[in-house]
Amino acid sequence: MIAALRDVVVEYAGRGRALGPFSLAVQPGEIVAVVGPSGCGKSTALRLLAGLEQPGAGEVERQVGRGGTALVFQSPTLMPWAEAAANVALPLELAGRPVGERRERVAHALRRVGLSDAARAFPAELSGGMAMRVSLARALVTEPRLLLLDEPFAALDGLTRRRLVEDVHRLWAQTRPAIVFVTHDVDEAVYLASRVVVMTAGPGRAAREVAIEAPLPRPPGFRAGAAFRNAVEEISEALDKAAGAPV
Amino acid sequence: MRRLADIAAPLALLLALCGLWEAACRGLDVAPYFLPPPSAVLAAVVDRAPVLLLSAWNTLKMALLGLFFASAVAMVIALVASLHHLLEKAVRPIAVAVQVTPVVALAPLVSIWAGLDHPERAVIGLSAVVAFFPILSGALAGLKATDRDLERLFRLYAASPLQTLFRLRLPSAAPHIVEGHRVGAGLAVIGAVVAELAAGSGATQGLAWRILEASNRLRTAEMLAGVVVLMALGLVVHGAMGLVESRVLRRWRGAR
Repeated sequence: MIAALRDVVVEYAGRGRALGPFSLAVQPGEIVAVVGPSGCGKSTALRLLAGLEQPGAGEVERQVGRGGTALVFQSPTLMPWAEAAANVALPLELAGRPVGERRERVAHALRRVGLSDAARAFPAELSGGMAMRVSLARALVTEPRLLLLDEPFAALDGLTRRRLVEDVHRLWAQTRPAIVFVTHDVDEAVYLASRVVVMTAGPGRAAREVAIEAPLPRPPGFRAGAAFRNAVEEISEALDKAAGAPV
Repeated sequence: MRRLADIAAPLALLLALCGLWEAACRGLDVAPYFLPPPSAVLAAVVDRAPVLLLSAWNTLKMALLGLFFASAVAMVIALVASLHHLLEKAVRPIAVAVQVTPVVALAPLVSIWAGLDHPERAVIGLSAVVAFFPILSGALAGLKATDRDLERLFRLYAASPLQTLFRLRLPSAAPHIVEGHRVGAGLAVIGAVVAELAAGSGATQGLAWRILEASNRLRTAEMLAGVVVLMALGLVVHGAMGLVESRVLRRWRGAR
């Protein structure tokens, strides 16, 4: 286990309970997708795993330091005044790594996401997909053991999303970090993860867990196969029930 | 082509208005002490150019010094106030009170505090008072406008408070801070002129004094010449700050 939430509850003053009780254990090197209706507390769960928030009740266990954790948000969240390379270098710079090491690791991270040529570009000069790749490179530059992705492709077009999902698999295969991926998109969850956790409507609890039996990265034609379709069907039904909608 | 039209349109309007003004003065035989024609104003500008330019420089110098002090004080206060919302709540009403108090009302007081032998200090002080609020307001708004996810990222990577301030909060606030300075610079010039008029002393040798001096002698064309140079000064300051804004913020807009 690399990180775990045990019966955590999060409440915000004036807004009531946002999450829980909710439990999730993340194993080293696995990819877990978390799906659930809007406002069920998926992002809150990620922030708990990142150590950015503390639960009102329950326990958070982390076997990985903050330096070993990376977070990618729904928007690329780049500093608009800094070039792509400077954005990617941020975690190393904040950790006080020497300039030479920074330069080398930033170049490597940008190469991994296929953006070596865009190192000097400012965020406003990048397309949505490119900016998200820079965001991924920034997350990967510290070689994290736990990578938390908070609906990172939600704002992108379908084709770019598909490409980036493939990128996540390719990048995961290189260093095998544990990935927790929050999404609204059931197809994306099934394609990306080895395990999908379905959450109830807010305050979210775990409603169902579905294991996806296929190797990672996915073999060609996986989306057209029965295993994919059955998993999507099963999770969609669980989601409808969890959200209280008629099945 | 469009750029040319952008310049030509206001120029054409200005020329047309001046033409009307000239024709009205000549046609209606208006007394020059009441309203001199634009040709007389232009002649006064040319005739008095060395004095007017020197005076404009004096006014500009005092306004820029006022802007500098306003900037220094407002930025320090904004940084301190941004540390806690109660500090900001404490500062705001006082800042607003300073903003809504007419500078003319403060002028006699500031003249005494600055020393009656140093009217230029009073002008600088009053110009700083006028420029203070937009800079403070811009900086406060900017320091609060930091992207929450970027803040989370800085916390995730255990950034120190100083790293967060210099690498995140100040750069995030830059567009607001620059805008505050742009507005503040324009107000600093206005503040300097009002303060000069209120001080009523020739020791400042600024443009307002030239206007006052001409008024005392009923030289209306020279008064208007002073106003014309003042307008030009205002436009130059506005243009210069616009240039600074576009240069400083070009990265924020993705331009090089």
